[in-house]
Amino acid sequence: MNNVFVYCEIEGTTVAEVSQELLTKGRKLANQLNVELHAVVAGTGIKGNVETQILPYGVDKLFVFDAEGLFPYTSAPHTDILVNLFKEEQPQICLMGATVIGRDLGPRVSSSLTSGLTADCTELEIGDYDDKKSGTHYTNLLYQIRPAFGGNIVATIVNPDHRPQMATVRSGVMQKAVYEGEAKNETVYPDVTKYVPAEDYIVKVLDRHVEAAKHNLKGAPIVVAGGYGVGSKEGFDMLFQLAKELHGEVGASRAAVDAGWADHDRQIGQTGVTVHPKVYIACGISGQIQHIAGMQDSGIIISINNDPEAPINKIADYVITGTVEEVVPKLIKYYKQNSK
Amino acid sequence: MSLKIVVLAKQVPDTRNVGKDAMTAEGTVNRAALPAIFNPEDMNALEQALRLKEQNPGSTVGILTMGPPRAAEVIRQGLYRGADTGWLLTDRLFAGADTLATSYALATAIKKIGDVDVIIGGRQAIDGDTAQVGPQVAQKLGLSQVTYAEEIMKCENNRLTIRRHIDGGVETVETPMPVVVTVNGSAAPCRPCNAKLVMKYKRATAPLERTTDMPYANLYEERPYLTLTQWSVADVNGDPQQCGLSGSPTKVKAVKNIVFQAKESKTLTGSDTDIEDLITELLNEKIIG
Repeated sequence: MNNVFVYCEIEGTTVAEVSQELLTKGRKLANQLNVELHAVVAGTGIKGNVETQILPYGVDKLFVFDAEGLFPYTSAPHTDILVNLFKEEQPQICLMGATVIGRDLGPRVSSSLTSGLTADCTELEIGDYDDKKSGTHYTNLLYQIRPAFGGNIVATIVNPDHRPQMATVRSGVMQKAVYEGEAKNETVYPDVTKYVPAEDYIVKVLDRHVEAAKHNLKGAPIVVAGGYGVGSKEGFDMLFQLAKELHGEVGASRAAVDAGWADHDRQIGQTGVTVHPKVYIACGISGQIQHIAGMQDSGIIISINNDPEAPINKIADYVITGTVEEVVPKLIKYYKQNSK
Repeated sequence: MSLKIVVLAKQVPDTRNVGKDAMTAEGTVNRAALPAIFNPEDMNALEQALRLKEQNPGSTVGILTMGPPRAAEVIRQGLYRGADTGWLLTDRLFAGADTLATSYALATAIKKIGDVDVIIGGRQAIDGDTAQVGPQVAQKLGLSQVTYAEEIMKCENNRLTIRRHIDGGVETVETPMPVVVTVNGSAAPCRPCNAKLVMKYKRATAPLERTTDMPYANLYEERPYLTLTQWSVADVNGDPQQCGLSGSPTKVKAVKNIVFQAKESKTLTGSDTDIEDLITELLNEKIIG
């Protein structure tokens, strides 16, 4: 009872990295609250294949639901599993990836349990809360912290009265690490038919194509990111050249993605990818909070902007005042001349 | 077969233009201080709804929205593009709702509308980016759901075939109706307003939008379609405890404007010397290889 749960997402028999990142975070929260970390995973033919990808992250108890029809994911059976399991287990916290699956499943579960859910959190902490209206003092609540309102502010959300306190977190926001402390590492295999009525396998997946990611933006040591100041799709070609020279990857701000200059999967920020590169070169990015949330932990930040007052300059190590058009070709030129 | 289609649409503050008075002291959004627009992904949903209507003669499309009286503009925008009707959920009791209380209100309204085959909305609204309301409405109505939809490809034998985005790819799913569908911004853009429909509906208003000295009072008597349906909590048999702030399990503890921790930064110009010096420095310190 009252434990911390993480829903582990899978592709075939591979556990998603974001789920492992959340297990590491979940372990820390469980230690702070002095409770156990539990994990739940559901799929087809996963028994014996997923345990070693989950238990090392400090899991005390793992629930493996293995049955036909649980992979590929569809909404209703996975909802049934979580809702019925949570009715038995009464967790206080449930975390899941802010992926397509997590964002499909989380709201359905929260609606069924009438518990609160906060999407796309960038930080999770434990703390107290005073309800001014009722005068009630709450201890050890989950602070769900996220940029809100188009990234113009940062809000701390709490769910004082409803359990579990649910939150989704994007891939890359938390860092995964094998747990070095002691965990119970128990695994159980519940009978799926007791959790999912047969008539809930209602949506049929007719066809499915999943491709390996075309780039490794999340893990790239150097990221060249473009914003609205890049000005055009052609402008982005220049960023690709620079990234190629530096053996890095190209990212983009939401404004540049919305303008159609870069693919959606290159978006950096709260509603995109979070990166932690050694060097982050921000080209024509003003630096909205929602973008900063996805790159502020970069090693060295270089900002190229013709506006010396651009908010991103405040967190930059090097500020180059100039246009992207002017500066990026020079970076390429002098890198070629001086490297090796 | 003819379908009864309900589009969930939201009037949202244009978060691209936010001023200092955008938040109230309680930490909720001060909508009155901001320009209001039709949530972009709800427009993509409207287009899918209108296509479904065209492919299935006899079908109807209605716009369901919750908000202050001025949110009726969302219904008008729908009517201008080919929707047949609309419902405005408006009541002070709905105010301050989080996603759960919002989905409760929408679900009760959908029950009142009755016999709906397809409920379709945008994947998420730009003021919250949560993507929660669609699935929560589906759960409250006990319906299946298809999120992240790109295109409704087929409607046959009381089932829809839908192409949707998943992480790293696409899949095609088949779902029975009734169903809740949420549509991505990358789906087909919505058609523009039709000039004839604009002429027909431009004076359509919800009763609460009207003032006593309206010059078109007689028009509303002659043309009933110019009076938009407006529902309160009581009209949809809603439980006030589950609406608005009191029906919201999530509370905003704190809201702050971010102050970036200023670093000591070097400022350079775009001149050749400055750029070359920077590159040499980064290379010498092995920051880049």
